[in-house]
Amino acid sequence: MKHIDEFRNPDYIRGLLSRINAASRTIKRNVRLMEVCGTHTMAIARYGLRKLLPENVSLISGPGCPVCVTPNSYIDTAIAISKIDGVRIVTFGDMYRVPSGRNSLEKRSAEGSNVDIVYSPLDALEIARKNPDKKTIFLAVGFETTAPLTGRVLSYARKQHLKNFFILSGHKLIPPAMEELVNDALHYIDGFICPGHVSAIIGSKPYEVFPEKYGIPCVISGFEVCDILHSILILLEMISGKRKVSVEVQYFRCVQRKGNPVALRVIDDTFDVSDTEWRGLGVVRASGLVIKQKYYEFDATSVFEVNVKSSVDNRGCICGQILRGVKIPLDCHLYGKVCTPENPVGPCMVSSEGTCAAYYNYER
Amino acid sequence: MLPIITMKDEMILLAHGAGGKHSRLLIEQLILKYFNDPALKLLPDAATIECGSVFHKFFFTTDSFVVNPLFFPGGDIGKLAICGTVNDLAVSGADPLYLSCSLIIEEGFKLSCLSRILKSMAEEARRCNIRIVTGDTKVVERGKCDGLFINTSGIGIKRYSVSLGLERVRPGDAIILSGVPGMHELAIVCARENIKFRSPLKSDCAAINGLISEVLKEPFDIKFMRDPTRGGMASVLNEIASGCNYGLKIYEREIPLTKNVKSLCEILGFDPINLACEGRVVMVVDFKDAQKIISIMRNHPLGRNAGIIGRIVDEFHGKVIMETIDGSERFIRMPSGKQLPRIC
Repeated sequence: MKHIDEFRNPDYIRGLLSRINAASRTIKRNVRLMEVCGTHTMAIARYGLRKLLPENVSLISGPGCPVCVTPNSYIDTAIAISKIDGVRIVTFGDMYRVPSGRNSLEKRSAEGSNVDIVYSPLDALEIARKNPDKKTIFLAVGFETTAPLTGRVLSYARKQHLKNFFILSGHKLIPPAMEELVNDALHYIDGFICPGHVSAIIGSKPYEVFPEKYGIPCVISGFEVCDILHSILILLEMISGKRKVSVEVQYFRCVQRKGNPVALRVIDDTFDVSDTEWRGLGVVRASGLVIKQKYYEFDATSVFEVNVKSSVDNRGCICGQILRGVKIPLDCHLYGKVCTPENPVGPCMVSSEGTCAAYYNYER
Repeated sequence: MLPIITMKDEMILLAHGAGGKHSRLLIEQLILKYFNDPALKLLPDAATIECGSVFHKFFFTTDSFVVNPLFFPGGDIGKLAICGTVNDLAVSGADPLYLSCSLIIEEGFKLSCLSRILKSMAEEARRCNIRIVTGDTKVVERGKCDGLFINTSGIGIKRYSVSLGLERVRPGDAIILSGVPGMHELAIVCARENIKFRSPLKSDCAAINGLISEVLKEPFDIKFMRDPTRGGMASVLNEIASGCNYGLKIYEREIPLTKNVKSLCEILGFDPINLACEGRVVMVVDFKDAQKIISIMRNHPLGRNAGIIGRIVDEFHGKVIMETIDGSERFIRMPSGKQLPRIC
């Protein structure tokens, strides 16, 4: 991998910060910028960026951590399936520890369920192939970034005639959730730092509604410290009127306006768009991906019948409001006292990309 | 200080073996409840014990190895079992002398593999000048252990006059790291996930008693040493902070990283300071000696990238703060149960 140090060059960082300061002075009010993506949230905390920004510029975190927005009902379903004999659950690491009520996949694993952690859906397929006597269920969570992988894996599974591989789709779409937030009358967002990897798939076009319909500027940002500062600078310049309010691609080394047509075709081929529940946002119209009828035999929801009574969140937990950017972790009474990464109460503390975990682990 | 959390878990989770806060809580709240010998209480890498009328103090330590895979770039479970125990003695200021070796072997394990591993143990023991003088062998039914588990215990004596203890740490002291962190854990990940680099990433697995004794030969004021294994640097630095009750300030730009380590950490979303090493040492030393120690270390093959990575400060007591490359600051917290299981 090239160009890590270049994007962390202290001279560039100083230069960008002084331009950000200058731009913020021309805006004579408080500015709230939302970083939608969890990886941005983590990078911002890890580099201590909040402390470096001018006083009138604040960064708020959005609903872009896939684990955090996965509702209890999904986790409860996964846990219920894990109790069935002869089943192997395969998941990304962060889902492993998410609590739902008093249970989690981590605890299920200690109690004897088979739970494997993988880095790629392809590994899940491999596990299914090597364990023909077990039913392997892959917990497919994530946004437009991971959905094409799930799609590809399904087509491989069909080619290999696998009869013991299933997907529990929890895939979600980012732009509809952003629009839901914009329509929330309770708070305002002056600009979006749009996710880099999601945009590598969907391109910049789907965000055009925000400047055009709502007058909100958008910048698709990379993940290095210089990327994020550069994106903040562009947003401030749009807000101050120096640039046209639009969707700009700062992360142009990975993102094109039209996105990645191959990956988009895979999504189209595999999934139908449906309404789906987000933790914190409730049911958002046309924001989820369900497996198409033609892949019926791989869809865990149609194969496994489980009766799930959804667990109730701890009443003090404000993950929902944090995911909407209405509150920050420090507003939560549980944060750092009852709710820590060792004993997480809500998902925002479990996932390494969760806002609470990022605050807890990094912010002074 | 670690926050006081009572163990809420009803059973052992993998997190309890990861070397972070869960492990710490298990030890402090359950194990120390029943085992309360004064030699154990401060949880040193090796216990100091006195035997009868002998003048020498003995150092005694033990470690079990369950790494998966058994063979990885840069080492194998055998080499690791020698180095791990030797290093625990070395960072206690002891000269390692004798080792025990217990093998727990799964039925069906290939003799050729066992022989390769034993050979590697013998070679490594010879290299670190330590004698394997006692041992035990058990075989368990297929499926009851994953190939091979090894336990080694070690005894050492103090040869150089060095007085180690976090109570001697003072503001201004320098924090030294002997090399690139995280390579062991990354090598294990690469081996498990089949990730290949053009120039392969090897585990740093090595016995550091030679490197440490080079430094101890001189009358430097060394106050604390530890090898950052599970939980990595983050775990050791937090132990130092809570043990001495001063603050630690770490400079991100001073942490030595190779291109491979940086790239892989970016791809996998790891922070190198949370990753396990098996051949590094963190030292807290009087600042006036720090440069001389560094130059001695850099002359040793295992200390080429040694450097001062931070200082002890008289603020934010009990906490570790990192000055980031952009000039801001952030916490380094004790890692919490996110590490991969069975890395050592």
